[in-house]
Amino acid sequence: MLLLTCPCCGVTAEETEFTPGGEAHLKRFGPGSSDEEFDAYMFQRKNPRGVHFERWRHAYGCGKWFIAARCTMTLEVFATYPAQTLEPPAEVIEKIRARRPDWEGAQ
Amino acid sequence: MSHRLSSGGRLIDRGTPLRFSFNGKQMSGYKGDTLAASLLAADQMLVGRSFKYHRPRGVVASGAEEPNALVGLGSGNRFEPNQRATSTELFEGLRARSQNHWPNLDLDLLAVNNLVPQFLTAGFYYKTFLWPRAFWKHVYEPIIRRSAGLGEAPDAKSCDADRYEQIYAFADVLVIGGGIAGLQAALAAAEAGARVALWEQTAHWGGRAPVDGVEIDGKPAEDWIKTTVERLEKMENVEIRLRCMGAGIHDHGYTLGYERVSDHIPGSHGPRHRLWRMRAGQIITATGAIERPLSFAGNDLPGVMLASAIRDYLVNYAVAPGRDAVIVTNNDDAYRTAIAMRRAGLGVVAVIDARADVTGALPQAARSAGIRIIESSGIRKVKGSKRVKGVEICAIDSRGVAFTEQLSCDAVGMSGGWSPAVHLWSHCGGKLIWDEAGHFFRPDPDRPPTGADGRPNLRVCGAANGRLGAVLAEANAAGLESAQAFTPTAETGPAATDTTHDEAPMEPVWIMPRQAEYELRAKMWLDFQNDVKVSDVQLAAREGFQSVEHTKRYTTLGMATDQGKLSNINGLAVLSDALGQPIPATGTTTFRPPYTPISMGAIAGGAVGDVFQPLRRTPMHDWHAANGADWEPVGQWRRPYTYRRAGESRTKAVNREVRNVREAVGLLDASTLGKILVSGPDAPRFMDMLYTNMMSSLKPGKCRYGLMCNENGFLMDDGVVARLDENSFLVHTTSGGADHIHGWMEDWLQCEWWDWQVHTVNLTEQYAQVAVAGPQARRLLEGLGGTDLSRDALPFMGWTEGKLGGFDARVFRISFSGELSFEIAVPAGQGRALWDALLQAGESLGVMPYGTEALHILRAEKGFIMIGDETDGTVIPQDLGLNWAISKKKTDFLGKRGMERVAMQDPERWKLVGLETLDGSVLPHGGLAVLSGRNANKQARTEGRVTSTYYSANLGRGIAMGLVARGTERMGEVLRFAGPKDKVIKVRIVDPVLIDKDGERQNV
Repeated sequence: MLLLTCPCCGVTAEETEFTPGGEAHLKRFGPGSSDEEFDAYMFQRKNPRGVHFERWRHAYGCGKWFIAARCTMTLEVFATYPAQTLEPPAEVIEKIRARRPDWEGAQ
Repeated sequence: MSHRLSSGGRLIDRGTPLRFSFNGKQMSGYKGDTLAASLLAADQMLVGRSFKYHRPRGVVASGAEEPNALVGLGSGNRFEPNQRATSTELFEGLRARSQNHWPNLDLDLLAVNNLVPQFLTAGFYYKTFLWPRAFWKHVYEPIIRRSAGLGEAPDAKSCDADRYEQIYAFADVLVIGGGIAGLQAALAAAEAGARVALWEQTAHWGGRAPVDGVEIDGKPAEDWIKTTVERLEKMENVEIRLRCMGAGIHDHGYTLGYERVSDHIPGSHGPRHRLWRMRAGQIITATGAIERPLSFAGNDLPGVMLASAIRDYLVNYAVAPGRDAVIVTNNDDAYRTAIAMRRAGLGVVAVIDARADVTGALPQAARSAGIRIIESSGIRKVKGSKRVKGVEICAIDSRGVAFTEQLSCDAVGMSGGWSPAVHLWSHCGGKLIWDEAGHFFRPDPDRPPTGADGRPNLRVCGAANGRLGAVLAEANAAGLESAQAFTPTAETGPAATDTTHDEAPMEPVWIMPRQAEYELRAKMWLDFQNDVKVSDVQLAAREGFQSVEHTKRYTTLGMATDQGKLSNINGLAVLSDALGQPIPATGTTTFRPPYTPISMGAIAGGAVGDVFQPLRRTPMHDWHAANGADWEPVGQWRRPYTYRRAGESRTKAVNREVRNVREAVGLLDASTLGKILVSGPDAPRFMDMLYTNMMSSLKPGKCRYGLMCNENGFLMDDGVVARLDENSFLVHTTSGGADHIHGWMEDWLQCEWWDWQVHTVNLTEQYAQVAVAGPQARRLLEGLGGTDLSRDALPFMGWTEGKLGGFDARVFRISFSGELSFEIAVPAGQGRALWDALLQAGESLGVMPYGTEALHILRAEKGFIMIGDETDGTVIPQDLGLNWAISKKKTDFLGKRGMERVAMQDPERWKLVGLETLDGSVLPHGGLAVLSGRNANKQARTEGRVTSTYYSANLGRGIAMGLVARGTERMGEVLRFAGPKDKVIKVRIVDPVLIDKDGERQNV
């Protein structure tokens, strides 16, 4: 059971206090998009062995969604940051690079 | 024979004898005994039968690793099967019974399996029961089910009479294992200022050290243990706990502790078990090591025990497993047992050592005590049927065709070396390495488990780290380093010095003798509990099972309740040998929590009965309960399904309620309905994205029914939206959907359109809501007075607010029944008073409350859909004829793109229609319309299914809705639905709206 820190209210809490929301930084494709784009948006998900960006909601706390950068293999949490961003902030990337020099970067 | 010695026993209190029974036979032991010790003291060597072959089995170990001595404990609603006698503390009146035999322990007729051992070899089930196919269900499975399983399940009807609890806790440093290493580690961490918890699974501190003659600072270990425990007890930053097993280590330092609070004092106040849910910053495992058996023919006979267990019973309980023992070993440690027996005045016939030239300090001490040592030898086979009578000896490097010597004895102590208990280390990602000198897997210090920050959060010390001797210095360092994770400058003093005899290297012996022929290998047990032999593992290897995980499942090695604590290493060594590869290349199977089985009660904790889950109550809940409500669970709510009057059946009550709404007036507690306030300058725009239809055009004071879809275009929720003012909407959701829809709104607002100014609040529990429906509804409300509810003042799909009979009410003129209907919302605190006032005002008008079933029937008569009945996550609004509720003007809304996919446009899609049985009967729930022929999966082809089906008291026949292929184009066609027992039900496709198609009743 993971320990996560909500970047909005600052509380570090048990996984059961949060609800997961799957892969983060997806781009929404609505009306007018091609079948390929819509398929990628709806169904294609990364399942990396290593660095991953995930959406979580502090459902039984402040109610805010946030994003966790963590390692799916060791469960190390590199950082959590508010969801109002299209890509991981530079300082989060830096933290990940410091811990995972071989990481090929967020694609 | 096994017996109690007249003196000694460091853990027993001879002044307090305790009586207990085994298979109904009265026996006695002493306070401090384990059940196993008491049974051995009473010469009860035979304690159970094995799983497959029903072979006689006796106690083999002295702790958590015991595979054989499993008993059923207690009786009635306190009966529990598969309890280990070796870790069950004796108490007055304990009742135990042995397992896995018929008709009784001494005469087990199922032991016939043993006569044809080929009968149940590895993979037997897979090979034997494959054909003929039809035999599986009616012949094989019933037989296997009858004979499979250990012990007896407790009576299904009786509830566990005991209480259990769970507790959350935190520690900087959690130390698991209260031997001398664990005690020292805890002391060091505590002295360095950390908040420390220390758990020990047994009832005693100090582990094996006192039994094994360890000295600390030149004195017996016992003195140091006593002083150290006293010091720890006095420290405010330390909590130490006996009878608490570290059951599992999970992510980020989350550790489960299984505390057996009162197993040893039944009937005492307090819980029986307590499950600790501990978040530990740093963890130290000092879980010791487990001795390995040796694999020789007949090593499972009662009387063959681990050498260390014999020593434990002698020193701790003054119980001797025999009068004349043979010790068989490949290492020096077993000589401690020989010396201890001799010291207790017992006979040691010989120590049989697989090694040549045995000259270590311990063997020399044994020689000096006059004990005979037979070198380069092994046991060829053990003689005896229900207990050991003697052994045959042969050269260790031989096929064992004949014996070189026979020895008479009544006990055999075996030692194949020690395996560190690495389970906890492995639970959360710690890796192992093979120790070439000690021939065991031990924790790899370079690949430890890590915590949330990615840094190591677990250290291991003592025998669990493969260490023999100089344990305290290592434990001291582990304790200090763990504390320094919190305070880098923390310091602690040096540790005391522990000393023990030096030991010469062991020599691995995986089967005895090394080239044993098949006849012997087929009697060498690896897994005592699941009856897996050396020959089974070798057969698995020959049949191509090269992965240790596959071999485990094929042979069931290590899959019993002991999870292979004794068999693991021996089994994979045999597999490695059969595959011709080194042991590290084979690797181990995965260690999974819990370390030993924990009770279901502890897992449930206090969450049983009424507090199993939270119950949500509407303000009118108590009235419903007092007035015959038949409850229906809706999420965590309870809603009245119907209100039964005295002597009335459910069906009759429902029919009465349904008729009364159409003929007079009914009240429905609609408080569970989701109510979410959506407000802000961008609220109209946001509402247009959420709903398939246009919401921004809704005028304040008006209501509109709307649909919400997910991005796939599948219908997710529906309900009525009321526009409160220019910038705020009150969204009604389904009762079960409120929390999910609120979360869904927040998801889009926070993660996609975070620049939109919208605020959402889930107000579901802030309001009580009552639907007043039926031709007399307006007259009833006029009786309360205060607000003009006439047709012109409050037309259909309008809402108003003001005083209604003194209540602060918001009145919505909406209808889910097709009748004249008002939904009255008041602050939750006024809900019950409103309910009472409505009942009173309606008394002369024939008012009755109605439940959810009447609600369902009334809406089905009108052809209204219900989320979860007509929808199942694959249905788009167009399937339900709801195209009118899908905006063509909006360029975007959630689900729009999903609906545009080719499959959603398919004219063959199943569409919602009414279904009318030709004979007026009620269709079965979920019934399918069957076509002739088979589909690609060889299943019957279908062309439709029932989504809602009821008996309508108003129409006097069954009514139903369903989804049918091209259904709306096939009005009047007759379909064939499958009924029970292959009956065919003929059903005509009709319009789903059966009452008042023009909606005049709701419009009056």
